[in-house]
Amino acid sequence: MKELIEKLVNAFGPSGYEDDIASVLKELIAPYVDEVHHDNLGNLIGIKRGNGGKKIMLAAHMDEIGVIVTHIDENGFLRFSNIGGLNPFGLIARRVRFADGTVGVIHHEKLDNIRDLNLRKMYIDIGCSTKEEAEAKVSIGATAVIHEGVDLLGSRLTSKVLDNRAGCAVLVAAAQKAPKTNNEIYYVFTTQEEVGTRGAKTAAFGIDPDLGIAIDVTPTGDTPEAHRMSVSLGKGAAIKVKDSTIVTHPKVKAFLTEIASANDIPYQFEILDGGGTDAGPIHLTREGVPTGAISVPCRYVHSASEMIDLNDFDACVQLLVGAITADLSARF
Amino acid sequence: MLLKRLTEAIGVSSREDEVRDILREEVGQYASIRTDALGDLIAYKEGTGPKVMLSAHMDEVGLMITGIESNGMLKFRSVGSIDPRVLVAKKVLVGKDKIPGVIGSKPIHLQKPDERTHPIKIEDMCIDIGAKDEAAAKEKVKLGDCAGFATKYEAFQGGLIKGKAFDNRVGCAVIAEVLRHDFTLPVYGAFTVQEEVGGRGAGVVAYDVVPDVTIVLEGTTASDVAGIDPHLHATTVGQGPAITFMDGSVISSRPVVDRLIEVAKKLDIPYQMRRSTASGTDAGKIRLTRTGMSVAVVSVPCRYIHSPVSIASLEDFSRTVALVRGFIESLQEGGLEL
Repeated sequence: MKELIEKLVNAFGPSGYEDDIASVLKELIAPYVDEVHHDNLGNLIGIKRGNGGKKIMLAAHMDEIGVIVTHIDENGFLRFSNIGGLNPFGLIARRVRFADGTVGVIHHEKLDNIRDLNLRKMYIDIGCSTKEEAEAKVSIGATAVIHEGVDLLGSRLTSKVLDNRAGCAVLVAAAQKAPKTNNEIYYVFTTQEEVGTRGAKTAAFGIDPDLGIAIDVTPTGDTPEAHRMSVSLGKGAAIKVKDSTIVTHPKVKAFLTEIASANDIPYQFEILDGGGTDAGPIHLTREGVPTGAISVPCRYVHSASEMIDLNDFDACVQLLVGAITADLSARF
Repeated sequence: MLLKRLTEAIGVSSREDEVRDILREEVGQYASIRTDALGDLIAYKEGTGPKVMLSAHMDEVGLMITGIESNGMLKFRSVGSIDPRVLVAKKVLVGKDKIPGVIGSKPIHLQKPDERTHPIKIEDMCIDIGAKDEAAAKEKVKLGDCAGFATKYEAFQGGLIKGKAFDNRVGCAVIAEVLRHDFTLPVYGAFTVQEEVGGRGAGVVAYDVVPDVTIVLEGTTASDVAGIDPHLHATTVGQGPAITFMDGSVISSRPVVDRLIEVAKKLDIPYQMRRSTASGTDAGKIRLTRTGMSVAVVSVPCRYIHSPVSIASLEDFSRTVALVRGFIESLQEGGLEL
């Protein structure tokens, strides 16, 4: 599984610029679905046709947080803004990579007090000494992502952008494993989640599903002096109960719990105080869609070194396969 | 002059009537016109091929009357985002009858020392229309009436203009100018309501029209002003239309942005990228309508927006018209892979 995740985290895909990660995913998903297409927002949609069963939309966002160039100065330094939620302190001395492979180092102006740090006081050094030289490599509006590798720590794996390439990998693995049933499955790799769950909104409108399941990561509460939250690494797939954008439909929560119990899949409930996922816009589409979410527990979300447990990952895949192959005729 | 008429009209969000009437009269001369349930004005010029929509909001930030005091003073709240510090001692016009008023607050010689160190809050201001008591005020004004700034449009030195509500009457005027021209493609001019309170009109227009590509026209913030470092200048007055790659509400469709740049270069129109990702426009709502729509934003840079007076360049305005017209013509010639 490390190979699949590694392949996905190394693909380039800040919100709005998901072409590279989309092409990697397209190749991975195509053999297991009947058709693949993109919609107007760039969402990648793989459809596994059913036979009169329910229409299930699975959504894992493929975009990642990143930076976008807003200014190039006389000495070739780049000023930038954020794409999605970035912690400026986590960016100090971090390397970033542009779509064409150009690498830069993020640093900051001299500050009397490090608490005064914000993105407006930071810059990217791409090794150029003049504006002209820098402009030959990047232009205003160019995007870059965090540049960091993958390490396996026993059953755990640390890398950048496990949010949400881990979720994408769950979808790919489920597509590989799930036998054909009556259900019509839409494997949707959504765009622009990190800037406000935008891709899922238009994808759900187009698909008009009977059931929606978002697959994303969730923060945990199992580290020293952590924010109190009853999700831990290694304790199984997280079934979302609530976040800022959705109260999971009780029938969906019960359904996922039932599948987990019946198949001895370790699971835990997730209540996320702040933040949302693609489940939010999906459940508010058209006349409303019963929607839930399966989350891969993940420490240090939105940093260069996020961490998941591969056993949890497997539990998420099993739970998802169980859900999409179940007989839903009497359920949704 | 259309810009003068449009900017001197008052159209605080949800009270866009006066602006809508001017546009209906103006654009109605060369396009068919209808209004939807929210008050959005939709102009249409027939054609064949992909539908192009040009969208600009008609509303402006302003004030709403929330209380009438026993002494005849009016209490108010802002509609849309206004820095309370720009309000003190400004002249306003209240309600449909445009009753003249002045925003009053405790004068400096009556302020306690600590009050002088803080900006005056909106709660501590009132609009004085000269009414002697509550009854006299109520003859002129009702709760829920809106007030706008009483600023006249004027030409300024260096080809600049000054006036109020450039955000976004300049966008409305750009569309009106572009629609004077004839195109072979079907072109819609959407003049939307309630952008300043959350892009409310634009989403329903896009849902209704279902355009293939949309350009949102805006008057955007020019931060080439005192106290801002050059690397934080979002746009600069006089350097041409500003093209948005990303803001708080939208990541523009890249093929549309690329085409705009291509057209600007080809027609030798100076342009600039909007070098900030803050704030939002109607494009956010349009982009996410139905199964997603192709959108980009082109703005005329304006200094001091969301205040009683802004400054813009007439040359930037006419270059914006030329760019948008050139964009539509480029679609007619070569289409666009979206």
